[in-house]
Amino acid sequence: MNLLQYPFNSAHILQKKRALKKELAAREGLLEKKIAIVSGSTVGDFKNILELFLLNAGIRPTFWEGEYGLFYEEVVFDDGSLAAFAPDVLYIHTSSRNLRHWPTPAHSAADVQAGQDDEFARFEAVWQAAKKLGCPIVQNNFEAPTFRNFGNMDAWDARGRTHYVNTLNARFAAAAAATPGLYLHDLAYLAAQHGVRAFSDDMAWYGYKYACAPAFIPDWCHSLAGLIKSFFGLSKKGVVADLDNTLWGGVIGEEGPDGIEVGEESPAGMAYAAFQGYLKMLAQRGILLAAASKNDAAIAEEGLARTDNLLHRDDFLAFEVHWEPKSQSVARIAQSLNIGADSLVFVDDNPAEREEVHRALPGVETPPVAAPEDSIPLLDGGGWFEVSALSADDLARGAMYRENARRQALEAIATDYTGYLQSLQMQADIGPVTPGTLERVTQLVNKTNQFNPTTRRYTAAEVEALMHDPACITLAGRLADKFGDNGLTSVIFGRITGAVLDIELWVMSCRVLKRQFEQAMFDTLVAEAKKRGVATINGTWRPTAKNLMVRDLYATIGFSLTAETPEARHFTYPIPAGYTPQNTVIEVNTPHG
Amino acid sequence: MDRAQLLSEVQDIFRDNFDDDTIVLTDATYAADIEDWDSLEQINLLTAIEKKYGLKFKLADVKNLQNIGDMLDLLQRMMG
Repeated sequence: MNLLQYPFNSAHILQKKRALKKELAAREGLLEKKIAIVSGSTVGDFKNILELFLLNAGIRPTFWEGEYGLFYEEVVFDDGSLAAFAPDVLYIHTSSRNLRHWPTPAHSAADVQAGQDDEFARFEAVWQAAKKLGCPIVQNNFEAPTFRNFGNMDAWDARGRTHYVNTLNARFAAAAAATPGLYLHDLAYLAAQHGVRAFSDDMAWYGYKYACAPAFIPDWCHSLAGLIKSFFGLSKKGVVADLDNTLWGGVIGEEGPDGIEVGEESPAGMAYAAFQGYLKMLAQRGILLAAASKNDAAIAEEGLARTDNLLHRDDFLAFEVHWEPKSQSVARIAQSLNIGADSLVFVDDNPAEREEVHRALPGVETPPVAAPEDSIPLLDGGGWFEVSALSADDLARGAMYRENARRQALEAIATDYTGYLQSLQMQADIGPVTPGTLERVTQLVNKTNQFNPTTRRYTAAEVEALMHDPACITLAGRLADKFGDNGLTSVIFGRITGAVLDIELWVMSCRVLKRQFEQAMFDTLVAEAKKRGVATINGTWRPTAKNLMVRDLYATIGFSLTAETPEARHFTYPIPAGYTPQNTVIEVNTPHG
Repeated sequence: MDRAQLLSEVQDIFRDNFDDDTIVLTDATYAADIEDWDSLEQINLLTAIEKKYGLKFKLADVKNLQNIGDMLDLLQRMMG
């Protein structure tokens, strides 16, 4: 049993942390990340337990830990050691215990405002100074105070402590929305969830200067790890849901479409409908939704056609409804959505089905859903779908996958593949990365694992630096066709040294594979390289657990293999005098070229 | 509770916490006797003991704990 799997027992994690560390640290193929923690209170086990959750998620962290209480000084007056550590994430471990301008009844409204301005400015100075690190900054907001001098009036009177925290949190939220690279960790919600009196234990503060009772350190670290995972593309991408007694009450094969329980008619019906609504909202922000149910497909579709469902057949991008084992259904769903099975969460009320899926596909999360009223808290609390930014592509993702299904249907009936590609009437926009595409480019770079020969990760600040670096070529490509826009789906970063261009990064979303889009990207790269006097292009493939598909990418577009070691395959391509574009089916516009 | 029984249960908590089954506690065991038993681990041990016996220590309770004997005295007092 994995003690770190949500829902976990915090006391067990705290007690077994050494044994867990030994077990997890032995894992191989983990992503190495550097995490700097600056704090306003004791770090202690926060670091140890955060490490466990990150290891469990596939990240091996190295920590830099600031001195007790010096979060402001160490960032604003960095003696160089923080910058030298070059963190991949800066975490500012502060809480309401660190507030310096709490209002009192003796203050005027203007005094309180001036105090809060000073408070805010102190944190703002930290964020400003941290910008130079070029990494995501994670900032806790503030939990509700442990006491209320004014009682209920504390919430609305300017001299109230509760009012002070609430208004300061609103300012932090506005700052996070306006500041690229600044992310809030919602300590206010976390403390409320567990009850602020128990959570912000005065004994833990006076006795050990811990910002919460030690018993809640695992909850805090789990929440924080969810956010950190999202920076590195390790959040889950899809949900596979069972139908009977998961999305509705009853067994549709027994009771018929009219017999299942969903909707306003009964308490359980309302709970099932609410859970459907929750999944629908996940889908609306880009989480892929699929069904895996042991049923006759026709009767399941009749059930979903009932108007009191919030989810209908069209909401499922894949529909594995038959009598085959669920592990096979989940594997097929992963394949049809072009994602790894370990990017899926499987939701099924039947423990035997969860076990079967877990045994065959250990990377799939299988939360123990049972009573319908517990499904939302379980899925929500797991933190599997954390997201650090939402792009337009996220919001349109479901539509893109549905268009893809129509393309595949056309492909299935087309006999000549090139003819099929021509019939798609594809149009691409390929040009340098711009401020408008920066966020989506960074997201794509950090979450693409398969079509990614080098698997280098970049922060938004690093990408921005490449945009302005005269020795670099950046290309971002979007592909549209007669079925719709696939969005921004490929990125190349190259660095020029003399007459040689090294491709440092090339990623492409798998949903546009086999469309000659990689050829179109390469054609544009060659054209741009020639303009800059480049004679030779070099490419490298570094194997990971997931990028086997591009082992021969460079060979297929005309590169020659020059060296091969277990760590890398090196390729080179002398640009021929009369270069003939390799793409023959996509009309390419180069908006800024 | 019988003191020997209590000692054995607290010893189990220590073994679990330090992931070391060779730890043997006596009334005279001090923090310095166990590698890794620092002030932070003291907090974890107290938290685990609170959880095990459904207790909540006060600041004054834990202020003067010098050794295992003190801890067992405290537990016996609190559990009546």
